[in-house]
Amino acid sequence: MRELTDRALDTAARRGATYADVRIVRRLDESISVKSGRLEGASSGESEGFGVRVLVDGAWGFAASHRLETPEIDRVAAEAVRIARASATALRRAVALDDRPAAHGTYETPVAEDPFTVPLEAKIGDLLAADAAMNRVKGLAYTESMYAAQREWKTFAASDGSFTEQTITHVGSAVEANAVDGDEHQRRSYPDNGGGWQAAGYEHVRRLDLLGNAEAYADEAVALLSAPQCPPGRRTIVLDPSQLYMQIHESCGHPTELDRVFGTEASYAGTSFLTTDKLESGFRYGSDLVTIVADATAAGGMGTFGWDDEGVAAQSVPLIREGILAGYLTSRETAPRIGRRSGGAMRADGWNRIPLIRMTNINLLPVAGMSLDDIVADTDDGLYLAQCRSWSIDDRRLNFQFATEVAYEIKGGRKGRLLKNPTYTGITYELWRSCDAVGDASSYRMLGTPNCGKGEPGQAGHIGHAVSGARFRNVQVGVLD
Amino acid sequence: MGSTPPGEWLAVAERVVALAMAAGATEAEALVSADDAQLTRFANSEIHQNVAETSVGCNLRFVVGKRIGVASTGRLHDDGLRRLVERAGAIARHVEELEDWAGLPEPAGPILDLPAAFATGTASSSPEERAAGARAVIAAADAAGVTAYGSFATTTERLAVANSRDVRAAGERTWSQLITVSMGPDGGTGYAESAAVDATAIDAAALGREAAAKARATAAARPIEPGDYPVVLEEYAVVDLLDMLGYLGFSALAVQEERSFVEIGKRVGSDLVTIWDDGADPAGLPMAFDYEGLAKRRVSLIDHGVCRGLVYDAQTAARAGVHSTGHGLPAPNPYGPFPLNMLMAPGTTPRDELIGGLDRGLLVTRFHYTNPVHPKLAIVTGMTRDGTFLVEGGRIVAPVRNLRFTQSYLEAIAGVSAVASERRTLKGFLGGVVVPAVRIDAFTFTGATEH
Repeated sequence: MRELTDRALDTAARRGATYADVRIVRRLDESISVKSGRLEGASSGESEGFGVRVLVDGAWGFAASHRLETPEIDRVAAEAVRIARASATALRRAVALDDRPAAHGTYETPVAEDPFTVPLEAKIGDLLAADAAMNRVKGLAYTESMYAAQREWKTFAASDGSFTEQTITHVGSAVEANAVDGDEHQRRSYPDNGGGWQAAGYEHVRRLDLLGNAEAYADEAVALLSAPQCPPGRRTIVLDPSQLYMQIHESCGHPTELDRVFGTEASYAGTSFLTTDKLESGFRYGSDLVTIVADATAAGGMGTFGWDDEGVAAQSVPLIREGILAGYLTSRETAPRIGRRSGGAMRADGWNRIPLIRMTNINLLPVAGMSLDDIVADTDDGLYLAQCRSWSIDDRRLNFQFATEVAYEIKGGRKGRLLKNPTYTGITYELWRSCDAVGDASSYRMLGTPNCGKGEPGQAGHIGHAVSGARFRNVQVGVLD
Repeated sequence: MGSTPPGEWLAVAERVVALAMAAGATEAEALVSADDAQLTRFANSEIHQNVAETSVGCNLRFVVGKRIGVASTGRLHDDGLRRLVERAGAIARHVEELEDWAGLPEPAGPILDLPAAFATGTASSSPEERAAGARAVIAAADAAGVTAYGSFATTTERLAVANSRDVRAAGERTWSQLITVSMGPDGGTGYAESAAVDATAIDAAALGREAAAKARATAAARPIEPGDYPVVLEEYAVVDLLDMLGYLGFSALAVQEERSFVEIGKRVGSDLVTIWDDGADPAGLPMAFDYEGLAKRRVSLIDHGVCRGLVYDAQTAARAGVHSTGHGLPAPNPYGPFPLNMLMAPGTTPRDELIGGLDRGLLVTRFHYTNPVHPKLAIVTGMTRDGTFLVEGGRIVAPVRNLRFTQSYLEAIAGVSAVASERRTLKGFLGGVVVPAVRIDAFTFTGATEH
């Protein structure tokens, strides 16, 4: 590998690059889907290629190819330099990277049971068993069960002498029960809307215990058909981890991406209300209970690695500290502009994409004192909302609206009847300022999303979110007609 | 290698089919997709990201009786193809039978030669030409005192499909897209976009002027109460209507799984709404055949407000006892067939006169981050973005802050009261879309934001 990376870096330098890095990535993935007791499909994918990123005259260029051959490496490195020169014809601020120690070493996701060596029929069997458990419930329209795994071997080298090799393994599995009555379609899924992903081996799938959970979720899908509509109004809401992680993803993770703040995603995903003047002024983002970190070292998170795709070592960065904006997700290019060092959040989706600032593991830290059950017991009148079903947020990440699969009425500190079609909406900082309880470590768990979209051309990010559940007061709950 | 002609990729596909059959497949299909794609991105009135890639992928459906294994690879050397066949074969031997498997498709009619699908101006586009396009947008922004953001993309796609039932298809197509958001110093934003087969047909300066003028016009937007308003939706917003209706309803699989709103013969839109899919229409981004190698047929989806048809791939067509319409996506594909070339019929109202019909309503430039809340009723939530205006007495009177809507898209198309006589070609969620601006009698806004 070193021969290939050296070749790319040498060619780039000879052509005039003042900085260059190259990533060679091989990715293996597999997926299995079961629908209503029938294996719907199984597939396996493999890809390989390399991408060369260069700085010339203060401007970026990037080129990538699937052909790992010397002449192609020369061509692609030269093309990257040519592209950078073209970029320089429309440049107003020359790129300046922060210093970081050259990166060297290897990293590998801890895996107890390699998902790629577990026999295919065993994995199919586990899914079919969970699917069958759901289908013991009468009244379902269809069920879906999925398993997927991805492994990436990534070699990174840069013109400052950095050279790292990483093997990252992610695995996910989930079940979903769907009940339909006329225009009414209700679903319950476990363990989360994103597919139950973690950085782990097949041991994670076993821990999820899809079989043991499937029937109860299927029961609820059917029960929701005849449940009352969730009534509208200003309410106290308790968000289960299966919903809270998406609230954090959309309303904290994305707006703290410093490239968004600087406008570099403006034409696609949008910008951010968390402008840098708010960092200087100590903007109150949430209540004192709200402490959120970007932790690329967290166990099991899909945002966990050894080094980011600029060779910056994994670290934990405070984003919100006791309710106050404390930092951003940063890169070597953006961090110096706020007087900081890169927090190591540059991640690329495969060999043919440039690294962008991406979430790592954006975690709401648990607060000692009340378990999630205690929070419910402490709530006289409210709603317990679980499992994200629909999400939308404006281009500055202020006005959001979420729908969840289910609401449980809370009366007198007890979870009661099911309510269907719950939605809630608000303004990001108003919601987080209304947070008056965060669950302790007993319900703290790592969830994640494998399909966070960003960038042009589009990239899908694997993001982790560890959460324990939280309560919010006076939130606008709306209902479908 | 990226410029390898489609015929040579077809040879690769045929070789993979032969390898699969030799390895024990009873049927096999190989899809080779090779792209040369470039994208120049600008923000803060400078180019900040600028990329190019040469990529290839081969998808194999390895069939043993009624058992289907799917594998893909981007490694087309001998070892990569050998592993591809091994992986697909191993899956096929371990999975259960697909009871209603109808077999891979057979050739079904000639595949049209579509010269309009390919333009040298896109295929040979250089970094310097894309940078020039970005500079033209930036110059327009500079002239208006606003800041430019956006991207200029060029792509050449080469596709080859072969299967063991004699399907053979190979071709190449190009598309290009320029989008831009302008931001003014006092908070105003504007948007413009164009998509075309030929990158040289895109007038970057004109798009820059359009977005810049709107950014100026939306300065100091004022708040407005959410509620029901009649609206004029510009083409950029109408694309989302078609995309979402396509995603939620027009696929035969969605109907077979009873999650679609479509019932053939049922009225869902006003008389003014006619939507179809046509891969051959040069007004869009043409595509001669689908990812199963079958010729794309024109499909009427909604005709004067009435549901008329669905798009099918081979499997959903067999279930329904009809022929594929040539709308298959690459396997494995849980979403089923998809209309990749949607068009909406123009109306008779000059575009500039649409707002003339609003006593008091809103002009909406585009939507942002839309997501279904109730799929079967096509109830969708999302935000307005980059240019929302209050219209009174048929005239724009003020820019307003962005609003959240929660709206049935079916009720929206039922409420269409005017359709513009002009259309734009834009890039939708998955393919090219040709749409006019429309006026809708009522649209439900359920929230507001701070900008």
